Amino acid sequence: MRHLLSSADLTRDDVRMLLATAAEMHEVQHRDVKKLPTLRGRTIINLFFEDSTRTRSSFEIAGKWMSADTINITGKGSSTSKGESLRDTVMTIDAMSVDCVVIRHMASGSAHQVSQWVDASVVNAGDGTHEHPTQALLDAYTMEQRLGSLEGRRVAIVGDLTHSRVFRSNAITLRTLGAHVTLVAPPTLMPSGITAWAAADGLELTDDLDAVLASGPDAVMMLRVQRERMSGGFFPTPREYTVGFGLTRERLRALTAANPEAVICHPGPMNRGLEISADAADAAQSLVLDQVSAGVAVRMAVLYHLLAGEEVAA
Amino acid sequence: MSDLLIRGADVLGEGTAHVLVVDGRIAAVGAAAAADAPSGVERLDADGLTLLPGFVDLHTHLREPGREDAETIASGSRAAAVGGYTAVLAMANTSPVTDTAEAAERILDLGRAAGLVDVVPIGAVTKGLEGHELAELGLMHRSRARVSVFSDDGHCVADGRVMRRALEYVRAFGGVVSQHSQDPALAGPQACCHEGELSGRLGLPGWPPVAEASIIARDAMLARHTRSRVHVAHVSTAEGLDVVRWAKAQGIAMTAEVAPHHLALGTELLSGYDPVYKVNPPLRPTEDQEALRAGLADGSIDAVATDHAPHARHDKEHAFVDAAFGMLGLETAFSVVHDLMVRTGRMSMADLARVMSTGPAAVAGLTGHGRPIAAGEPATLVLVDPTAPVTVDRATSQSLSRNTPWHGARLTGAVHTTILRGAVTAREGEPTAC
Ligand SMILES: [Zn+2]
Repeated sequence: MRHLLSSADLTRDDVRMLLATAAEMHEVQHRDVKKLPTLRGRTIINLFFEDSTRTRSSFEIAGKWMSADTINITGKGSSTSKGESLRDTVMTIDAMSVDCVVIRHMASGSAHQVSQWVDASVVNAGDGTHEHPTQALLDAYTMEQRLGSLEGRRVAIVGDLTHSRVFRSNAITLRTLGAHVTLVAPPTLMPSGITAWAAADGLELTDDLDAVLASGPDAVMMLRVQRERMSGGFFPTPREYTVGFGLTRERLRALTAANPEAVICHPGPMNRGLEISADAADAAQSLVLDQVSAGVAVRMAVLYHLLAGEEVAA
Repeated sequence: MSDLLIRGADVLGEGTAHVLVVDGRIAAVGAAAAADAPSGVERLDADGLTLLPGFVDLHTHLREPGREDAETIASGSRAAAVGGYTAVLAMANTSPVTDTAEAAERILDLGRAAGLVDVVPIGAVTKGLEGHELAELGLMHRSRARVSVFSDDGHCVADGRVMRRALEYVRAFGGVVSQHSQDPALAGPQACCHEGELSGRLGLPGWPPVAEASIIARDAMLARHTRSRVHVAHVSTAEGLDVVRWAKAQGIAMTAEVAPHHLALGTELLSGYDPVYKVNPPLRPTEDQEALRAGLADGSIDAVATDHAPHARHDKEHAFVDAAFGMLGLETAFSVVHDLMVRTGRMSMADLARVMSTGPAAVAGLTGHGRPIAAGEPATLVLVDPTAPVTVDRATSQSLSRNTPWHGARLTGAVHTTILRGAVTAREGEPTAC
């Protein structure tokens, strides 16, 4: 494994291996001294053009716990700036002989482009509305902790699919692991071409959340609604969105009635009262905090396999 | 030096013939041409070559003034001559914008100074391409540049009222509005890709084909209402072409052009996020490409236009959504169209002359280009080699930019010699100093 750019880069064996390593790494988190020598002498740059305290600190801690030197660079690198090109920015960093670039950028495909310009390994930590592969891995990890194998399990992904990189990576990884995936969204938030795409990838589509919940899925993954979408003509009002697609107290009850074991995921940060009610967010079925905790372990596993795998094995 | 004897070329409509050029005009065609040739006249052996009227490009971005690092009128003229062009229409989206008589005359003069092709300025429809107030359309037309094609290309004239006024206004002097047909409200400011399954998967904001077709339909109705002439720049979708066909069937004065890359390159090329493939309008799926090829062959589309859009390297080395739109086109257009349409039997060489020379000359109202190859006509010609293999190498481009999607492509059909009013302007890939 040279880079991690897309969830599609990972075979079922790759995912299994990463999740197994993540489980070992998770143990480290419960030690008094959280330090492994694994990546000593390695340099990791967290190149974040877009704010994300959660993802950035998760990668940073993952690197530090494995003794890597981690450096954070936060750039403006806007979608409209005509200043330094992305290639120039990245080449400057690559010239410092770093081993790994963890990149978050507001433009889809940027991680892929960067991987073609640099010698370092590249980890996509979220590129625009494209993908967020480590999020999909940590979601799978968290769900498996509670549910066991995801083979044959039914997962519903609900909300703004069009703009969600979390959805794109999760749909791929969940299918890789053999889960059944149902996508639930208003027609205006379904990505273009989704009908053909879903047919090719074996995803189900619906705009009827109640019917999906009544069928008793094993997991319901709620997606964050971006504030800026609310005035974008994608749906009439936040109230109407909540009525149609929010995981309300009533829907939580319906889900629990249909499947008492069902779990709830959300990549955070949550809009309480919009896509998820406080009752659902804080329910015993909610895995939201487990997801955060798993994030570090999963990123340790990814960095380990990118930067140390062969040498440790040797 | 404007006397020339072209020996043994395949001349459209004549078969193999000699063509004698005297004082920039064709003096004779046929066996007599050789007999009439004065001794010592320059002879050009054209065995195996085909002689066509010089190509006319309705859609060229020359970047001067404003971005002379990407292209100048001189470098763009060299690229055009090498590509077989004898006239190019220079789009108005320079900096400053070509929206005054003075700006248009300056482009005309720089083109004459370069001296390799006729550089014909296109005037902006609206001041600063802002879409609100009409530019000085009449003054540009009355200037030495005789501007008759107007376009806000890069932007759609989205306001129906402004478009209506522009059409009414240019009708008085036989002008035409070339529209970048794309409803901005239907796409959004970040759109950079055909809207479809691929854009959904890649997470790239898309333009739906209806954003093109709906503007073409509106403009067709406005052209009918104003009894004026509208030209569809770079039609890219089957839906858009359907509307063009409908408008023509109604007798509406609508013409259309297609870019070589929309004929030949599909949207799937975007899967690697390489900004060299980022164009506006975007590359479309196979069904659209097929429809455009059919429309070009059957005459529904009047012209091939390059949308030659040179960009400095650093303007393309951004993330895909942030990178500049456009690709080079002047030097490769003939080879691409020949390889795709003529070599495969979809079109004849006469059809190619129609869409690359006579058709575009008619749209632009250029009387000195796209003429028949006959005695008395201007010797504004191109010799092409239909069997020559071409491997495109961006390093040899005459353009100051390198953003060609054809780098490494192997095509059949090469431009051999370009002749503007009797003067050779390019020969086998090299421009000649005039
Ligand atoms: Zn355009």
